[in-house]
This record gives sequence, structure tokens and C-alpha cells, in this order.
Amino acid sequence: MSKEYKFSDETLALAQRIIKRYPEGKQKSALLPLLHLAQMEFDGWLSAPAMDYVASLLKIQPIEVYEVASFYTMFNLKPAGKCLIEVCRTGPCWLLGAEDIVKHIEKKLNIKEGETTPDGMFTLKTVECLAACGTAPIIQVGETYHENMTCEKVDEMLNDYKSKGERKTHFDKKHVNANQH
Amino acid sequence: MGKQLLLEHVNVPGIEKLDVYRAHGGYKALEKALRMKPDALVEEVKKSGLRGRGGAGFPTGMKWSFLAKPEGVPRHLVCNADESEPGTFKDRYLMSHLPHLLVEGMIVSSFALGANTSYIYIRGELLYVYHILEKAIAEAYAAGLLGKNILGSGYDLDLYVQPGGGAYICGEETALIESLEGKRGNPRIKPPFPAVAGVWGRPTVVNNVETIAATVPIVNMGGEEYAKIGVGKSTGTKLISACGHINKPGVYEIELGLPVEEFLNSDQYCGGVKSGRKLKAVVAGGSSVPILPADLILTTAKGEPRLMSYESLADGGFQTGTMLGSGGFIVLDETASVVKNLWNFTRFYHHESCGQCSPCREGTGWMEKVLHRIVEGHGKPEDIDLLWDIQSKIDGKTICPLGDAASWPVASAIRHFRAEFEEYIKHPEKIKDVKHYYSVRNQTAPVA
Repeated sequence: MSKEYKFSDETLALAQRIIKRYPEGKQKSALLPLLHLAQMEFDGWLSAPAMDYVASLLKIQPIEVYEVASFYTMFNLKPAGKCLIEVCRTGPCWLLGAEDIVKHIEKKLNIKEGETTPDGMFTLKTVECLAACGTAPIIQVGETYHENMTCEKVDEMLNDYKSKGERKTHFDKKHVNANQH
Repeated sequence: MGKQLLLEHVNVPGIEKLDVYRAHGGYKALEKALRMKPDALVEEVKKSGLRGRGGAGFPTGMKWSFLAKPEGVPRHLVCNADESEPGTFKDRYLMSHLPHLLVEGMIVSSFALGANTSYIYIRGELLYVYHILEKAIAEAYAAGLLGKNILGSGYDLDLYVQPGGGAYICGEETALIESLEGKRGNPRIKPPFPAVAGVWGRPTVVNNVETIAATVPIVNMGGEEYAKIGVGKSTGTKLISACGHINKPGVYEIELGLPVEEFLNSDQYCGGVKSGRKLKAVVAGGSSVPILPADLILTTAKGEPRLMSYESLADGGFQTGTMLGSGGFIVLDETASVVKNLWNFTRFYHHESCGQCSPCREGTGWMEKVLHRIVEGHGKPEDIDLLWDIQSKIDGKTICPLGDAASWPVASAIRHFRAEFEEYIKHPEKIKDVKHYYSVRNQTAPVA
């Protein structure tokens, strides 16, 4: 049976509040925030039906969603693990040992960059500058920045996420009801 | 430590909350501004000499005065919080610690420009900061500082935050506008400039986070007083994000005109090069600006002490100078490799090119491939001239400045560190001695 793509009532209410932030007839402007919500609601990635659903909410063509989702690096167009580990690989992080961190994670999880662990818990990805160069090296998981990372701190971080077993997305569910205006 | 106009209260516990911010003088500038005429506010900003803090350094008051004001057409202020320039993390720091400073600056600036709906476009990776801003905005609405008839002045303003989706290019103002409209971040051909036709075709001003925050002290102290701080046309204070091989990385507010040497070595700022090692080079204003070797960053070619100001850092042009840029101060010590660092930066620009203009889309890829070949130990003697040739065919030949930003690091590295390129090409085994070397697996294959 195919999955039904529909936001929860709370998320839908937030989506509608966001759409109202733009002028009449310019609802497409809400596309990026809505894609973040879709990724949060639909298991951390954007399938074609998920994107079609977003298109229907904004009354735009599905292609207008696909072309945008494929442009921005934060939108996953294929399934990712529950915890997407994003290691900054740019300039200052790299000068301060990001390559060692990546190698360490690869060894620890026995996956290569871009791959997901067989249990579906972790996906490892390298990303460009996260604007936290003063506390390099940086790893982002969901909305959380892990700063001044070392191999030891990576071990702790991985154990912590694994024991909790929760899915982490950039737009964290706990914020859905926060803003009412 | 010089005057702290933006970060004075950054360490006050709870300063992110409205009541604490107000108890420390917050929203005084707004109260003052609402009693002034919008045009008088624009004049104050002109008098202050404030220049765009995002990188280009364009005079803010002048940018504001270009805003078209056709009858019956809404105009907008958009804050550029898409901080993504490698080495730059000042806006994230300011927004996460002092969200109300940005909110107050947005209200003051929107009032000056006659905007009734304004947006803060924040990079998507910073969603946790997005929620901090949303909380501050909700507090401001509840206190009557946003919404209808702000503080009884008759002025209405709605302020919203929009997250991006992960794209460096959206820091370019027309790409940001496209992205705000829910499109791919492809920069627009100018003219028309955003001041005439910006978001949804309406007159728009796009300003950096720090620029907008700076309007708060400017209104409080008056433009003339603000202009007394700093040196020459570099007025006021600037946030510098310092990182790389230094003892005290972090965000520092400096009075423009501070000597680079003092900034680098004083314990009030960077605290010197890490572990007492020697300084090799500095990228002074974010990854895009020309890299300078130790001697040229500390003194100009004329032998004068180099200052942290727009003019002093640019002294000597690109031959011997650089730019203040976004204030991302990246320090490389003697153990670092300029060539490998350049390959890393070039990979960044290749990854972040939007793909619209051929010179940038293709050129950044070729520069990455050639540099990859060199750092992999397969460089050829002609590669240095080849790199020079490619960068010269990107610089100035693209719709937006990303192409320039990709070419300047390459040109400056060759200009000042040609010997290091030659060394790697002649003695490929020496590359192995450099520790900081990112695994190139899964990256573009080297040119055969």
C-alpha cells in the first residue's frame, strides 16, 4: 500500500501560517520553508510524492518544486539514515583536522562518505562551510552544531545518538508549535 | 579593547530575552527613530559613513537613497543572513546571542525606508538560529514593537524570517531575492537593481545582518559621533571572525583602523599564532579575498603598518594588497600548505557555482581539477600558467561576483606563493609531508 503524504494537523497549521507571510499570489515564496517541513514530516527526505504534496499546498506545478529541491544541498532526494552526520570540509575546518574526523567516522561506522549504515541509523556526508569556523572542526546533526570536534567527542556523539535512536531533521519537530504569528 | 557598539552586552545572561535587552538600553534607538522623519534617519546613516558589512563595503546610506519610491507600490527591506563565506561566522554569533539587536535594527531600518513588510533570509543550516529569531520576533510583537501602530507611532511593520536551503550563492543579493521568491538561487542580470525591482518586482533594499545591527548605535549616538570612530572612510566598528591557526579564535568587535599586528598578536584578540609557530599567510576578509604572505599582511608594500580598515587592507591593489571583505580572518601558520588550502577553497567554489555562466561553471571545475592534480603529486610545470589563464578568464566575466571570488584566491596564491607550486610539481613526494590534507576520495577525478 502506498504511503499517504499529508502533514499532521499541527504542521499543516504552521505551513499555512508561513504561506500567509507572503503577499497574495506569491505563495510560492514559502517553498523553501515548506520543503524543510516536508523533510521533517516524511522521514528525512523528499520523495516525488512528498514534493507533489508540497506543490499542491502552494498551488504550483510539481516541476517548480523538483527544480528547487534539487538545487539546494539540504534537501535529500534519496532516503538518509535517522541521523545525517554532516561534517564541514571547507577551509578552516579542514586546516584544523576535518579530514581526520571524516576518516575516523568512516572507520567507526564502517561506511564511506555518502553511505548509510545497514541499520539505517547513520548517513555520513561532507558539506561546505557551516559558518562556525571559530569552533572548528564542526559537525552538524539535525539542528545541532557539534563544535571543536575531536575523535573522542565523535565517539561520544555517535553513542549518544545511537542510544536515543531518534530521527534528527534540520527543522526540529519540537519547534512546530512555537510561532503563532 | 576598543568601543563595543554591537557586542557591549553580549555576555549579559539572558540578553536574548526582550526584558533583559530592554533593561540594557534595548529599543531606545527605535523609540528615538519613531520620533524622527524617515528621511532624517537616512541622513544620519549617510553621515555615519557606515559601509556594507557583508563584504562589498558599499556605503549603506547611499544604497538606501537609491530605493525607488513609486506611489502605491510596497517596498521591502530584506536582511541578508545567508552567512556562508568560509572563515566568516560573525552574523551567526550576533543573531544567536543578540537577536533583539537585529530585530531592533530591522524595525529602525524598515521605518527609515518606508517598508511595511520585511524579511530576514537566514541560511538553512542555521535553523536553530531561525528559532531564536522567531522567539525574539514573537516577543517584539507581544510588546507592541512589531505589528500595527508600533509604540503608538502609527507605523506598521510585519517582520518574518525565511530559511534557505543550503547554497552559498544565495548570499549574493539577487540570488537571495530569487530564493526568497521560492526559486533556484540564480543571480539576476543587473540592471534593474533591487532598489528598483527586487523581490516580487518591488523596490527592495538588501543589507547584511551586521549592517542592519549597526543602525541601532548610529541612531542612538547620531551619525556624526559614529563617524568619529575608525579611520578615514572606514568608520565605526566591525565584527571580525578570526579562525585558523591562532590561539584565540572567535568573534571580535574592533574599531576600524586597528593595526593588523595588534589584532593578530594581542591577547585581547587572536592571541598570536598557535603553539608559537610562525605566521605564513592570512586570508583577511573571507575565503574570496586575495591571500597575503606574512610580511604583506603586517605591513604594506610602502612599509607602513597595515591596518584593519577598508583602505589599508586594499593598499597596493591586488598586487600587494587584499580586502576587508566580510571580516573573516583566516590565519595559516608555517605548517599549512597554501596550495592545498587553495585546492580546498577552489573545490568549494566549484561546488557552489550556480551553473548559470559558463566561465564560472566550467572554469571553477577546471581549476579544481588542475589543483587536484598538483596536490595528488601529478602536477605539470605548465599547470601554474594554465591556472593563471583560467582564473583570468573567469574574473569579471560572470553575472555575479562568485566568479571573481573563485578567481582571486587562485591569482593571489600564484602571485605570492609561486615557489610552493613549483616545489610540489618538482618534488611531488613533499606533498606527503603536509598533514592537513583532506582525502580526495569521491571527488572529481584528476585530469589524466
